[in-house]
Amino acid sequence: MTAYLDHAATTPMLPEALAAMTEQLAVVGNPSSLHRTGRAARRAVEESREKIAKALGARPSEVIFTSGGTEADNLACKGTFWARRDADPARVRLLVGATEHHAVLDCVEFLVKHEGATVTWLECTPEGVVEPATVRAAIEQDPDSVALVSVMWANNEVGTIQDVAAIAEVAHEYGVPFHTDAVQAAGHLPVDFAASGADLMSVTAHKLGGPIGVGALVARRDARLVPLSHGGGQERQVRSGTLDTPAIVGFATALVASVASLEEESARVAALRDDLIERALEIAPDIRPTGPWERGETTRRLPGNAHLLVPGCDGDSLLYLLDAAGVSCSTGSACQAGVPQPSHVLLAMGISETDARGALRLTLGHTSTQDDVDAVIEALPAAIDRARRAREATAS
Amino acid sequence: MRVVAAMSGGVDSAVAAARMLDAGHDVVGVHLALSQSAATLRESARGCCTIEDAGDARRVADVLGIPFYVWDMAERFKRDVVDDFTREYAAGRTPNPCLRCNEKIKFAALLDKAVALGFDAVATGHYAQVVETADGRRELHRAVDAAKDQSYVLGVLTAEQLSRSFFPLGDTVKPRVREEAAERGFYVAKKPDSHDICFIQDGDTRGWLTRALGAAPGEIVDTDGTVVGSHEGAFAYTVGQRRGLGLSRPAADGEPRYVVEVRPEANQVVVGTADLLGVDAITGDHARWCGPAPEGVVRVGAQVRAHGEEYPATAWADGDTVEVRLERRIRGVAPGQSVVLYDGTRVVGSATISAARLERSA
Repeated sequence: MTAYLDHAATTPMLPEALAAMTEQLAVVGNPSSLHRTGRAARRAVEESREKIAKALGARPSEVIFTSGGTEADNLACKGTFWARRDADPARVRLLVGATEHHAVLDCVEFLVKHEGATVTWLECTPEGVVEPATVRAAIEQDPDSVALVSVMWANNEVGTIQDVAAIAEVAHEYGVPFHTDAVQAAGHLPVDFAASGADLMSVTAHKLGGPIGVGALVARRDARLVPLSHGGGQERQVRSGTLDTPAIVGFATALVASVASLEEESARVAALRDDLIERALEIAPDIRPTGPWERGETTRRLPGNAHLLVPGCDGDSLLYLLDAAGVSCSTGSACQAGVPQPSHVLLAMGISETDARGALRLTLGHTSTQDDVDAVIEALPAAIDRARRAREATAS
Repeated sequence: MRVVAAMSGGVDSAVAAARMLDAGHDVVGVHLALSQSAATLRESARGCCTIEDAGDARRVADVLGIPFYVWDMAERFKRDVVDDFTREYAAGRTPNPCLRCNEKIKFAALLDKAVALGFDAVATGHYAQVVETADGRRELHRAVDAAKDQSYVLGVLTAEQLSRSFFPLGDTVKPRVREEAAERGFYVAKKPDSHDICFIQDGDTRGWLTRALGAAPGEIVDTDGTVVGSHEGAFAYTVGQRRGLGLSRPAADGEPRYVVEVRPEANQVVVGTADLLGVDAITGDHARWCGPAPEGVVRVGAQVRAHGEEYPATAWADGDTVEVRLERRIRGVAPGQSVVLYDGTRVVGSATISAARLERSA
């Protein structure tokens, strides 16, 4: 028996999405072809696009299909940077949240290193929140130099939800486009692209019950983007490449289903999360949850995210011990050559490097049950005990 | 038993892990990240700490269907192995970092962490044998494959460390291990052996030391004090070394010259003829015993470098110090290397060579 508590990494496909995608896989057709076979595929793609747009509060023409969240973030950051710089060579400054996903962070680092970009990191509160006033102050340093503001909708490690509408409003006051990485938010939180005011929004299918390998950049019609991949001119000439019709159908089906059940699913998952956190805190008095959390919290923290700091432990020891006990979870941070690095998110939140090493991310989703929570709580005390001894053994 | 298989990404540790699994143990693969810059990609497989090596190890673990983790021991490795290596060379000695790594990392930091996490033992792909005696003690013995035998670099293990160590390849010759890897479908079956020192990526020890310690130009002198050449740092020379001396003038007698002494405090390298290298008495410190310490004077075989010959000798221990008297004169005993003592194929223990000299005239 495996208790799967790593839904933020990827979540199982919803049965209806699997069925729709499988059915489409058996059908031939390039949606760019003009004959009837191609037209049938195009109809499937466009219907999916319409469903996705509706579910996200966008217009169909605003949905640009990509291979996933990373590509969407790359297109948003690089595509906007190049377009803005082309129009005005002075606009090379990127304003980016310090807790962004690497898909955004590493784009920024690339642009700084190779394209003459500069960056102003947007600091966050100890709970991981980027305040609109911080964005304003960063723009005010030199308003005419700003190319783009990018702040994620919800954080993938600690689950903190940002007030994206307020940040978008500040950016727009200065005529600056705003991008938000909504990979963890779509299908889990009410996401309305138009109401948010964002110009660009990244989403991916596999975090909400769709297949891995498909996502979208939702981009306002007036968002100017220099394409990253050139070729057949698909997707508004911005993202060439034959569209993956079955994956797109699976994506749309999953998004529609997850949005339809969002309210009750959010409450159900948040209740499991609260139970998990409360019982974990009883195991050891020094364990602490990161980010904003109180019972029933779903507006400031993702309903499915439990993120704990366990002092005296290495996250990778905990991960191994829980894995051995049948619990799949994560430390939440990226690896370098398999070696866990202290999370940039936690460091940005002012957590010390030592404490950051004891991070454990447990994320729940649509297949999670009380049994999963019970399995973690049963395995955790022994795992913490052994992980602490392992840290002591290697510290000397 | 619950066993950590230390997996370097090479063929030996892959087969060792597979054999532990076949023997019915509960095996978890662990790759040690030892490099300070683990993200560097290297072209060839010289060492044990590249991304490719970690990837190769992971690939084998996946084929075996065992969990696999990378443990970051870079800090400990730097402190206990790399810094020690540099310090020893700076002091005019020639250390063997593999011994130090086995003593401080693989069978200490790694083993201690494994035990704390609930494991019983560590298995590696070293060529050596552990033999259990009738009364339950574990003895370290040479491998069946004499050409690959690595008992020398394991001569630092204590009885306590040995009690939690497995070397599943000790009874097999290397060509057979490669065949077995191919039979098991391991992608690494034909991967070249690692060699040299894993943290010196280009194999240029002198260049590495010069970067670490800074160039220190000085003189190469004959035994009578005549300056016969120059060097960029006495630390880069080893007693017994002949190549790479770049002497400005040939010796008067036409005989080849060898390094006979390194004087770190004077930054001087002394060269002389081969007969000056002959020694028959060795003093070692930092004694480590693979079982009970020998009592009184014992007859042993002494090996003074990795893959070197074994020489008949007598030895006695005095606390941390070991005295070795060789039956005949030998050459190429470099301070800093270890003298490992054998009783037949059994490893008795080891000491780090602090001095070597000629006591009896020929």
